[in-house]
Amino acid sequence: MTAAVAMRPDGSFEGQPRGFPFDDFEFEDVMLPEGDDMGIASEDDEVAEEELETETGFGSVIVTDNLPEVGPEKYDKLKGLLNKIYGQVGSVREGGMNMPRNEETSTSKGFAFIEFHNPQEAMAARDSTNGYKLDKNHTLAVNLFDDIDRYLKIPDEYQSPEQKAYVPQEHLHAWLMDKRGRDQFAIRFGDETEVYWNDAARSQSEQVYKRSFWTESFVQWSGQGSYLATVHRQGVAIWGGQSWPRITRFSHPGVRLIEFSPCEQYLITYSSIEPSNPREKAKVLLNVFDTKTGKKLRAFDNSVDEFAIGTAAGPGGALRWPVFKWAGGPKDTFFARLGKNSISIYECPDMGLLDKRSLKLDAVQDFAWSPAEPIMCAYQAEQSGGNLPARISLVRVPDRTELRQKNLFSVSDVRMYWHPQGDYLAIKVDRYTKTRKSTFTSFELFSVKERDIPMEVLELPSKTEKVVDFAWEPKGSRFAVLYGDGPRPALAIYDMKNTTSKGVNCVIHQPNKQANCLHWSPQGKFLVLGGLKALNGQLEFFNAEDGEVMNAAEHFMCTDIEWDPTGRYVATSVTVVHQMENGFNVWLFNGQLLYRMPRERFFQFSWRPRPPTLLEPGQEEDIVKNLKKYSQKYEQEDQALLAQTDVDLLAERQRMMDEWKAWVVSKKDWVMQNQDGIAAILGDALNEGDYTVNEVEVEETLGVNEEVIRAT
Amino acid sequence: MRPYLLKGHERPLTQLRFNREGDLLLSCAKDKSPTLWFSEDGKRVGTYMGHNGTVWTADFTLDSTRLITGSADSSARLWDTETGESLFTFQFQEPCRAVDFALGDDMAAISSDPFMAAPARIHIVRIEEDITDQDATPVRQMESDKSGRVSRVQFTDLNKTLLTASEDGCLRRWDVEVGKMIEEKQVHEKQVQDMQLSLDGTHVVTASTDRTSKLVDVQTLETLKNYNTERPANSAAISPIYDHILIGGGQEASQVTTTSSRAGRFESRFFHKIFGEEFGTVRGHFGPINAVAFHPDGRSFTTGGEDGYVRLHHFDADYFSTRFLN
Repeated sequence: MTAAVAMRPDGSFEGQPRGFPFDDFEFEDVMLPEGDDMGIASEDDEVAEEELETETGFGSVIVTDNLPEVGPEKYDKLKGLLNKIYGQVGSVREGGMNMPRNEETSTSKGFAFIEFHNPQEAMAARDSTNGYKLDKNHTLAVNLFDDIDRYLKIPDEYQSPEQKAYVPQEHLHAWLMDKRGRDQFAIRFGDETEVYWNDAARSQSEQVYKRSFWTESFVQWSGQGSYLATVHRQGVAIWGGQSWPRITRFSHPGVRLIEFSPCEQYLITYSSIEPSNPREKAKVLLNVFDTKTGKKLRAFDNSVDEFAIGTAAGPGGALRWPVFKWAGGPKDTFFARLGKNSISIYECPDMGLLDKRSLKLDAVQDFAWSPAEPIMCAYQAEQSGGNLPARISLVRVPDRTELRQKNLFSVSDVRMYWHPQGDYLAIKVDRYTKTRKSTFTSFELFSVKERDIPMEVLELPSKTEKVVDFAWEPKGSRFAVLYGDGPRPALAIYDMKNTTSKGVNCVIHQPNKQANCLHWSPQGKFLVLGGLKALNGQLEFFNAEDGEVMNAAEHFMCTDIEWDPTGRYVATSVTVVHQMENGFNVWLFNGQLLYRMPRERFFQFSWRPRPPTLLEPGQEEDIVKNLKKYSQKYEQEDQALLAQTDVDLLAERQRMMDEWKAWVVSKKDWVMQNQDGIAAILGDALNEGDYTVNEVEVEETLGVNEEVIRAT
Repeated sequence: MRPYLLKGHERPLTQLRFNREGDLLLSCAKDKSPTLWFSEDGKRVGTYMGHNGTVWTADFTLDSTRLITGSADSSARLWDTETGESLFTFQFQEPCRAVDFALGDDMAAISSDPFMAAPARIHIVRIEEDITDQDATPVRQMESDKSGRVSRVQFTDLNKTLLTASEDGCLRRWDVEVGKMIEEKQVHEKQVQDMQLSLDGTHVVTASTDRTSKLVDVQTLETLKNYNTERPANSAAISPIYDHILIGGGQEASQVTTTSSRAGRFESRFFHKIFGEEFGTVRGHFGPINAVAFHPDGRSFTTGGEDGYVRLHHFDADYFSTRFLN
């Protein structure tokens, strides 16, 4: 910070302190004593005050120990050396280096205080120079100034921590025991975060819990719905149970993004530190926590370049979330991230690199885990100008066996889509045409569960058209593709079963769909075709069994579509990206609108996920088979409920009507008085009665014109 | 039934008024000439020429022989309804926003906007039977310095009390005799655009840009009912025959160009007065609705929009046969 100082022509100024070095000083070196502006008014007092505060904090000061104790003759040389070392790591504040001397011998005391411009730089300096070998006898020991204070406070004798009494936790799965099997959802609007029951049978929602300023950026359900995570400046908190107490806190200052492992055992949090020096790269900090204990298990701390590789790199060197991808399966076992020419796989629960080495894959661009088992599919790009083909490989972890591999030529891009049950894998391949001027798309389809993993190639009827969206049917063998260049793409649904020699069986093909995204019901069979953004929120509720459009509707300007975890209801929402119509609608699976909830400044809608079913596959089939028997009971319940709702509604109306009538009666005297008063004031005018209508005929001559009509 | 589209204004409508019998309809707009129509068939009777600015408001006398209008040209004028002759001009320093004849038509309240250093004022003027005796000096003046513009004034309680609605979202009651405020209540969060009295005079309906419309007790200023409109409400009226509320509004005129007309909800909307439920909408305007009014017999209604059109609707037969269950 520089203050405006009125300089005399010779470079000195009024009130100059005595002994001030008149030569060889930088103007920036002029530092005014704290709290005294020497009568020089700052242009912007407020800013000056804010910055003064950071200057007095010791957060950006480090203490360097184990320096040589040097005499006055070498003192400046050593200082120069330190300046050189630390000047490379960060920017040392002007006059921020202080190496105390022994007053009697005037040799240095063997340590120095160095102040940086901000705490991040100080931390970086500590990390990079702690243990630095100055020479044979001097290895630097570097600490943050603030830490020294903390270390000194640690008592010399060990005191065992107090045992905390066991506090029984609330039942985290209580919401699953709802008698009517309803689902919950969380919404965020304005400053509010609220959790509701979706009481669809009565076409309404019922509030469960609400809290203002619950989160500072967003909320996120854990993968099986046990916890709701809120994100704050200091870190992440998770909440759950019936009365929504806070269960655990995870400290991570400046946290930006979070990710739960699929079985919600672990939580990964992310923050990035923007560099103060624009030439440097941003730093990234990722923490892995144990969800239950809140313990930090591992931290990944590195430059953003280490993480932003292949498809993990967004535009401008940014990072694409999630950085880590979790292997599927009944337990959280592995998680992995892309590295340069490798994939680093980490093992749970000790968080170490699997077999202490990364999986080497040259030019690897992307990978995806099967949602069902620890199998990953990796894509390596073409190399050396097409001499080395692009490669898709399926690798089983932890034994790193390559189950299947496939070479692809003249590839421009590859996307991987795993079937939600891990039965199939679709690879969308964009290939260059011979001229390399345009691309065309085809699909390579692997049946992962079958022996030797057979593969089918699928080419769309019109090769050159681009694929708008692709989605597997959860719990089924079908997939849907939306393709076409125009505003009305075609929908095609294929079935992986009954594959003939001609290839994959196309079961449904319908052109002219006003849609640009596909959303399958989690139970399969039904899907919603959404026309978002430019299509203004067109919705088509589609039955994939018989290819019938059950209903076409519109949620104007709709931005998000989300199925509830049971596949019975669909929520469509308009979030704050649009100024108006904010809020959400809940629809029955067949496109019947159940209810709307308009909310100003609507940010987020998310259904509470459910854990996987505990029923054996056979039991599930039995239920489907005997659906009539079971549904009878529930239909009765629903009807009773609806009847009750009608009764409740009518009772409520009756109550309001009674209330109103009581109010009217309470006003009766006043009204009587008033009417008497009116009569007194108006007198006869009031009783003049209805007006009479007098019909008046008015004739108007518009003009006279004479024409001679000649007989022919 | 198909509505009559009355095209007589080139600028947005500001207020619509039926006379007591309901055979005449007066429309005020941001152009300079209020227009008189036959309410039965929408035939134009004539215009009132004389104002030199937006006409914000108007009121009929009980016998419909005279009209008073308030305009942004800082004047209020008294007219002969039949001939269209301007009988008298009340000249002020500030734009006139609201007018109301007292019961018996021997007084009128005129509100003027805050302008330069002047606060919002409510002027009570005496209206003389014989126009040659008419005096421009108000008999009472009430200053309302905190309220912002006073958008509606309404005599109640046998001319003893004046009810005002204003830009700060408050309703206020004034003692007309003394010229002092009796009570104020923050009813809305944003400006109140319209306030219309019920037939029996016990309650008013308000419309506000805070996206609600409210039913308010005239004596206590207590909110009885709340109607959530999701869009700014510009005008609201109470049906004289049923427990129905008619609310007009829509997305702000300044934002209309950025949205499709569907998103603007430029609809006349019907709410049940007691249950607060919306039970019907009537579409048609291309912009927000600025003014609504029920015909005194409750069998037709009219709406005026930012688009400059007045629409005159006569209810279909099923409007009269359908009932709410309770």
